[in-house]
Amino acid sequence: MIEIKNLTKSFGDLLVWEDVSFNIQDGETIAIIGKSGCGKSVLIKHINALLVPDSGSVLIDGEDIHKMDYVLKRKLRQKFGVLFQGSALFDSINTFENVAFPLRYFSNQSEEEIRNNVMEALSHVNLEDAYNKETSELSGGMRKRVGLARAIVLKPNYIMYDEPTSGLDPQTSQEINELIIDLAKSLDITSIVVTHDMHSVLKVADKVAFLDQEKLSWHGTVEEMKKSEHKALIDFITASEYQIKQRVEYN
Amino acid sequence: MKALRELGNYSTLLYQALRSSTEFKTYRKSFFHEMVKIGYDSVPIIMLTGFFTGSVMTIQSAYQLESAFIPLSTIGAIVSESILIELAAVISSLVLAGKVGARIATELGTMRVSEQIDALESMGFNSVSFLVVPRVLAGIMMFPVLYIVACVFGIGGGLLAGLFTGTVPAADFLLGARMYFQPWTVIFGFVKMFVFGFIITSISSYKGYYATGGAEGVGKSTTNATVISCMVVLLADFLLASLLL
Repeated sequence: MIEIKNLTKSFGDLLVWEDVSFNIQDGETIAIIGKSGCGKSVLIKHINALLVPDSGSVLIDGEDIHKMDYVLKRKLRQKFGVLFQGSALFDSINTFENVAFPLRYFSNQSEEEIRNNVMEALSHVNLEDAYNKETSELSGGMRKRVGLARAIVLKPNYIMYDEPTSGLDPQTSQEINELIIDLAKSLDITSIVVTHDMHSVLKVADKVAFLDQEKLSWHGTVEEMKKSEHKALIDFITASEYQIKQRVEYN
Repeated sequence: MKALRELGNYSTLLYQALRSSTEFKTYRKSFFHEMVKIGYDSVPIIMLTGFFTGSVMTIQSAYQLESAFIPLSTIGAIVSESILIELAAVISSLVLAGKVGARIATELGTMRVSEQIDALESMGFNSVSFLVVPRVLAGIMMFPVLYIVACVFGIGGGLLAGLFTGTVPAADFLLGARMYFQPWTVIFGFVKMFVFGFIITSISSYKGYYATGGAEGVGKSTTNATVISCMVVLLADFLLASLLL
């Protein structure tokens, strides 16, 4: 379980958010939503301690990741898979090597085992045939899927998706959403999805955390969100015709 | 104030790099890769730089020292001593600040702004050990090797320039070079290149590692890395000369 307690972060004089607290239960998928620039990506970078908070704590299975020494912190980070917004693939190596990268350094597997695990991870994202492609040859959607294969290859307990559908066409976005659901089920993984794509939220999430006005403005299940009378949340989720229709249909 | 903060961050990065230098398994592969990129790949440009520096030195010295009272061997002595004690190290380092330093800053800067460094850290890597340590170690090992190349081609270039322009016969040039040769100057050159290698690779790594702001930010980091490296190399050259000569 991940417990976020009274987290506050600012960059210089700019307050990002303050006193953010919520829990993420094992096996659930939580979507962190909010306007662009509200600090969603900053928040997930605190969960695996890529950024240090001004105050507050993040407990992973009861241990505060921000109070660990660097060696323990690095070990704990291996429990997390991260899909970055721009995929963050290493452009000097090909698809296979990108996915094999963590295995080569953090496992004692033979070349045969590495190959099998990489191909298994690529099969989860339906990219077995692209294993020898250079990263420059991959489309945006393929890059996200390779990033996802790399994120799951060490069989993490938690996976964090930073804007998984941004910049993708609706069909590819839908494929990525289905992958998130499949991976959560097949690998029994806890998923944290940072997004402002409400279609994605409704599709993949069990719970929602809404960041607004430099704080955690609302937190609850997707069903509760649909019924919520929270004005800022309603304004956010009904910002498109599609979402208005969804809400009208629900009510 | 900003300069102090930069100095503090740079020192912190160096401290982290020093602490991470024991994790040889993490950076072994990239260390050898960097030795090739910094050393082997820079040989042509260092050959050319050395050759033309020596050639120009010979032609200019011959022009300035044109006198019946000054033996021609003096030109060989001036050129070879200048190359060994100063020019091979400093001119090569300024060129390498542009070639090696700019490459390191751009590579790491691009990795930073495209979140590849975050990806490394989030996988559990020590990104300083993986990215900074091999570059700095390869730099301090390969710069002295490049100094040898610069010296050989510098003195060779001076010799050939004297020969082909007819200003200094090869025998006189070599006589002068041998007569005033002191092994200490070569050791001093090695010490300089060791220091310059550290300065250029560490400053460039620092500037790239902490790059911000997309393509423009990477460009700015690269420019700063090159300019600051050149300035610090010249300052270090002055300090080393003051301390060791």
